[in-house]
Amino acid sequence: MTAQGIYLDNNATTRVDPEVLAEMLPLFTEQFGNPSSMHGFGAAVGGKIEWARKQVQALLGAAHDSEIVFTSGGTESDNTAILSVLEAYPKKKSIVTSVVEHPAVLALCDYLEKKRGYTVHRIGVDKRGNLDLDAYKAALGPDVAIVSIMWANNETGTIFPIEELAQLAKAAGAVFHTDAVQAVGKIPMTLATSAVDMLSLSGHKLHAPKGIGALYVKRGLRFRPMLRGGHQERSRRAGTENAPGIVGLGAAAQLALMHMTDENTRVKALRDKLEQAILAAVPNCFVTGNPDNRLPNTCNVAFEYIEGEAILLLLNEAGIAASSGSACTSGSLEPSHVMRAMGVPYTAAHGATRFSLSRETTEEEIDRVIAVVPDIIAKLRSLSPYWSQAGAPKEFAPVYS
Amino acid sequence: MWNYTDKVKEHFFNPKNAGALDEANAVGEVGSITCGDALKLMMKVNPDSQVIEDAKFQTFGCGSAIASSSALTEMIIGKTVDEALAVTNRDIAEYLGGLPPEKMHCSVMGAEALRAAIANFKGEEWVDDHEEGELVCKCFGIDAAMIERAVTVNSLTTLEEVTHYTKAGGSCQTCHEKIEEVLEAVLAKTGALAPPKSHAPGTVGLDAIKPLAPKAEAAPAKLTNVQRMQKIMVAIEELRPQIQRDGGDVELVDIDGKDIYVRLTGACSGCSQSAGTMMGVQAKLVEALGEFVRVKPASLLPAGA
Repeated sequence: MTAQGIYLDNNATTRVDPEVLAEMLPLFTEQFGNPSSMHGFGAAVGGKIEWARKQVQALLGAAHDSEIVFTSGGTESDNTAILSVLEAYPKKKSIVTSVVEHPAVLALCDYLEKKRGYTVHRIGVDKRGNLDLDAYKAALGPDVAIVSIMWANNETGTIFPIEELAQLAKAAGAVFHTDAVQAVGKIPMTLATSAVDMLSLSGHKLHAPKGIGALYVKRGLRFRPMLRGGHQERSRRAGTENAPGIVGLGAAAQLALMHMTDENTRVKALRDKLEQAILAAVPNCFVTGNPDNRLPNTCNVAFEYIEGEAILLLLNEAGIAASSGSACTSGSLEPSHVMRAMGVPYTAAHGATRFSLSRETTEEEIDRVIAVVPDIIAKLRSLSPYWSQAGAPKEFAPVYS
Repeated sequence: MWNYTDKVKEHFFNPKNAGALDEANAVGEVGSITCGDALKLMMKVNPDSQVIEDAKFQTFGCGSAIASSSALTEMIIGKTVDEALAVTNRDIAEYLGGLPPEKMHCSVMGAEALRAAIANFKGEEWVDDHEEGELVCKCFGIDAAMIERAVTVNSLTTLEEVTHYTKAGGSCQTCHEKIEEVLEAVLAKTGALAPPKSHAPGTVGLDAIKPLAPKAEAAPAKLTNVQRMQKIMVAIEELRPQIQRDGGDVELVDIDGKDIYVRLTGACSGCSQSAGTMMGVQAKLVEALGEFVRVKPASLLPAGA
């Protein structure tokens, strides 16, 4: 438990690991050279960047370190991947993606559809957030340039069958990209033997700093850069390297590989303990997504008849940081597109609360959360017109709905 | 994280008058489950004095929705029904020390619940005029439906017009792309973007007739008195070297509308050519001002001026 409280919002961002920070600090002071420079100042930094590239390669199980392109983060990686493929295959005019993608993919696809004349096939999910495979197969065809499907969902943690999807895409002649921002570091990967062509990852989701990420580009894949300029990253991403960030990401990748087992055993057990305790203590709530196939650190519980922002404010008051799919936290008027895509009723979608753990989470913290959540839910329900004292939902039909 | 005021936090963490009011005789239920907030306002109104003796609420919603509900009950208890009707959503927001722009709709919900409850007390039917749509301009809380309506009703065609009519996009300007999308969608629907129809052979459409070219001698923009005076002074200054070469001089004495009084001095004074000199000054001033003026000798100045 840190001084600021219990942090269970690791799918939003993670704390920079102190070891990562220690690796980064010299890059701001002594090793400040530009890796493109011919002198010794630059050479020292260039060596560190190549070390970092190898760490990311190892985390992804990639065949070559040159397949790693450092970017500013997940969004840039996603945009680069999709735009590169569309430019490399100008005659193909279709894109396949899913309805539950991150906005970094969805909003770009919306834009390409509206302004650039592309056809976008958005594959739906069932009530547990599983992809509709029949619809996916039907959408693949000779006109599809790229398939972009996330490895694991950020809100529910639900994992998609990426290898199967990638092979199907390949058979149809499409490039397969996956937004693996939530999955990297939590799921073991061997991209060397995989059909995945491109993969996006983000540093700040795995204890590296914000503003650094990477795009995996399989050797031999046609590539068109989004940022043109200098020769950095083998001309695939121009701009002077974010050397401290890159070295931080390298250190974080090394640590993630080291903690992979812990993440899938101890952290997973803590997540399960939290979830089971909440389900046992609180009536009218359920787990969203697919509980049998999801990230080890993520748990998303929908509390019926109350609203997520109010839950978060009370949790915050108790020193607990979580996240919600509620509309009110984002300033939009509708609850999260992921909850709507799964057909979660509005009365529950607004109360969807995400607890995302990390290797820094302790059992003591989980016990504390288990102790306070039931009272918070009960307090808000006592205010809700949809909830009666008997504990069951009551008839309430406001004028407009 | 929203920047809620302390007052909002106070009313959220410790809401006043939460719960059911069994003896209520005025109930208003409003809200939108898709938008994530709904409010049931219950009031006990004294039928004789019309005073709201008690009020309670139940709210499904975010922090500011609960705080707005709590504030509303505090504001109306003790007021008569007619006094309560004067409470607007702005009053609720002000009572709370302000709400983030995206959260103003919470105060609107409170005001609507109040009107619904009063209508219920009076036995009237309450009809809401709630707009629902994607929030486009967060600064002013303008949604897509309102922009669409403004565009359709007023035949707007440009982003600037939308901003003038609805305020949307007038502050931080980050929503301009969204406004243009809404605009394009409406224009496409109404056909305002359709290409002009071709005309029958041998005829000319109105749109083919060019507007008349502006008149070359069109009056220049009207000068302010100060600008006019400066122009006159400059013109006279420009004339002086020429007159001085003849041993004379000219000075501006007064300006009275179209009448400009000057004094010729030196050799000019009493010179037989002075009338011609005055004509020259007049021609110069007419040219400089772009309007007709009369130049008169200072001796003709009306007495007392």
